[in-house]
Amino acid sequence: MQTNLPYKTSRGMSDYQLKMAFIMPTMILLILMNIFPLLWSLYLSFHRYKASMPTPPRFIGVRNYTRLLQDPEIWGYFQTTAYFVVLAVVAQFFIGFGLALLLNREFRYKGFVTTLLLLPMMLSPVVVGLFWRFILSSDNSGLLNFFLIPILKSPIGWTTDPKMAMIAVVIVDTWMWSPFMMLIALAGLSAVPKYLYEAADVDRASAWFKFRWITLPLVSPLLLIALLFRTMDAFKMFDIVYVLTREGGPGTATETVSMNLYKLAFRNFNTGKACAMAYILLIIIVALSNIYVKYLNRVKGEE
Amino acid sequence: MKSVRISLILVLLLALAFVNAPKADNHQSQSLTIVWAEWDPANYLQELSKDFTAETGINVDVIQIPWPNFQDKVFTAFVGKSDLYDIVIGDSQWLGRNSQGENYINLTDWINENIDVDSIYGPAMTAFAEYPKGSGTYWALPAEVDAAGYVYRKDLFEDPKEMAAFQEKYGYALAPPKTYDQLRDIAEFFTRPDDDLYGIATWYSKEYDGITMGFQQVMWSYGGSYGDADTYKVAGHINSEDSAKALEFYTDLLKFSPPDAPNYYWAETLGAYNSGQVAMAMNYFAFFPAVINPEVNKISHDKSGFFIAPAGPKGHYISIGGQGMSISSYSKNKDLAKQYMKWFMQKPVQEKWAMLGGFTPHREVLQSDTFKTATPFNEAFAASFPYLRDFWAVPEYAELLEVCQTNWSEAISKIKSPKEALDAIARKHEEIFEDAGYYDE
Repeated sequence: MQTNLPYKTSRGMSDYQLKMAFIMPTMILLILMNIFPLLWSLYLSFHRYKASMPTPPRFIGVRNYTRLLQDPEIWGYFQTTAYFVVLAVVAQFFIGFGLALLLNREFRYKGFVTTLLLLPMMLSPVVVGLFWRFILSSDNSGLLNFFLIPILKSPIGWTTDPKMAMIAVVIVDTWMWSPFMMLIALAGLSAVPKYLYEAADVDRASAWFKFRWITLPLVSPLLLIALLFRTMDAFKMFDIVYVLTREGGPGTATETVSMNLYKLAFRNFNTGKACAMAYILLIIIVALSNIYVKYLNRVKGEE
Repeated sequence: MKSVRISLILVLLLALAFVNAPKADNHQSQSLTIVWAEWDPANYLQELSKDFTAETGINVDVIQIPWPNFQDKVFTAFVGKSDLYDIVIGDSQWLGRNSQGENYINLTDWINENIDVDSIYGPAMTAFAEYPKGSGTYWALPAEVDAAGYVYRKDLFEDPKEMAAFQEKYGYALAPPKTYDQLRDIAEFFTRPDDDLYGIATWYSKEYDGITMGFQQVMWSYGGSYGDADTYKVAGHINSEDSAKALEFYTDLLKFSPPDAPNYYWAETLGAYNSGQVAMAMNYFAFFPAVINPEVNKISHDKSGFFIAPAGPKGHYISIGGQGMSISSYSKNKDLAKQYMKWFMQKPVQEKWAMLGGFTPHREVLQSDTFKTATPFNEAFAASFPYLRDFWAVPEYAELLEVCQTNWSEAISKIKSPKEALDAIARKHEEIFEDAGYYDE
């Protein structure tokens, strides 16, 4: 006969207690490591506070936010970041998707070639930044300039010319993260049913027609997810800029919002202002992600 | 049975680890940890400290942090109230922030009772130990006194053909420059990109305090200044006509530097000189042992001369380098740290410090002929002393420095004109001072 009483183990724990015993460690960690810092930083963003000084936080309302939003230099960092995100993510999308299309067929050593192509994204960004610093050195000792000087006659200022520095950062980020785009696209491509192509072949459809009306619609949900991840990640660009262009130089040519946030928080220890900046950044990333998610839902026909 | 045996072995190993643990603790309690930047003087200090260990049995470990991360890492440890470091050998600008932030302990009474302050070179005591300046309140003892100076290729400067060609072109003899105009002429003269030879390597880097330390001495020598030290008013000082002319001059010098020069700080200028790419290079004197080391500098280790930073049209000022030795408020070995600092300031120890390559703050040792002739660059180093000046040492120095680094880097990259960059610095600096309450009265 069944009863409504909760089942008890031999040690006397109910189902509910057992459930809580499993969930609580995660919940406590989540509250301590995520929720509390999130709320504490929100509180600090309305205060004048420096973590490096013994004076307690002083409430100043929305002054940190107004100061930041009225500062033309902060908007400059946002512009630089947006410029980087657009260039890098677009380049990674086309290169990654192109590579996936090439790899989505059978050939000898396919596994080996795919592994080789995936290597860059497995490296530490700081290591990547450091060795690209040597490759893109602006004088004759730079590997790329060494090959280009006989053609161009003078070295390219990869990290010293404000116009070239952003291109250098985009090149390095694209080298590192195109394989990620490729991997996701490849997963999408391999999931497209073969019979659709066979049916199209029977109808004597062109290669472009098959790509436009079979491949692209079926792969696009996964591509959008890859784009979402890359956009969010590119918006937080820090490590490569820190190492390759030495803290976002020359001048502010490659100084992204995250780079500036790092300086605010951990060099100037302007903790209150840095928290406000982090929240502005968070709102922008959430807004951007929402646009992607809405578009993704539309593509999946769920809207 | 097998698993029982494995468990027994594990228990035995654990027991052994715990038996050894108290020994490690005892050892730890008699250890002193000093944190400094990663450079030769830190190696000299580690070597010197062996004598202290021999005398007292206290181990000394000098931890070295790469220069670009030095400040960030130490300050982050302070924020976490870490007892990782007992003694911090920090930049002179750190004094305001770490004294007001209660990260350094106040050493005034202890210094007055235990250290012969008169034996220390006065300006060094002011720059590296005292905050606020002139208050007689001490937070450190000078450890390494340094200055920005120049090294030049004697083989090029003393080549009769070069000398004749220079005389013909500029109308005066080729010699180490005494003014910035002469420096520019010489830099221009030796700039021969086709031979991969350039006139000068100096600091333009955006990292840490690179371009600021390189440019500020030019700005002062041209008549500019950071601001009024009494009122903290900046407008009209840092963005004066003189400062703008100085920044134009400094930007112009880039034409005579290697193509990668906007990224140059001390490591890069040293590399450019040692590889024979430049005729002159600026650096802190503490880095010059690498210039005369035949293993590091295969091209000109025995053909290098040294001169002090030149004078400008309105004065002669040189960027101060070096660091003071402070005790961390979070150290558990404050008494040991004081014992070490007292030992370090003794004259025989300072003599050995100088002999190893350290730039002593001890007045007598510093002015002795033994010191001046100990290396080819010590004389130029000693001659730099009357001209030394420093950046703001207020608690907000890191923010002020960041603004300078960014804007001067923008000026040399032609993102902003010199006037625009200086106006932006003036505006931001006053904003920082205003926020910190300097204008409240």
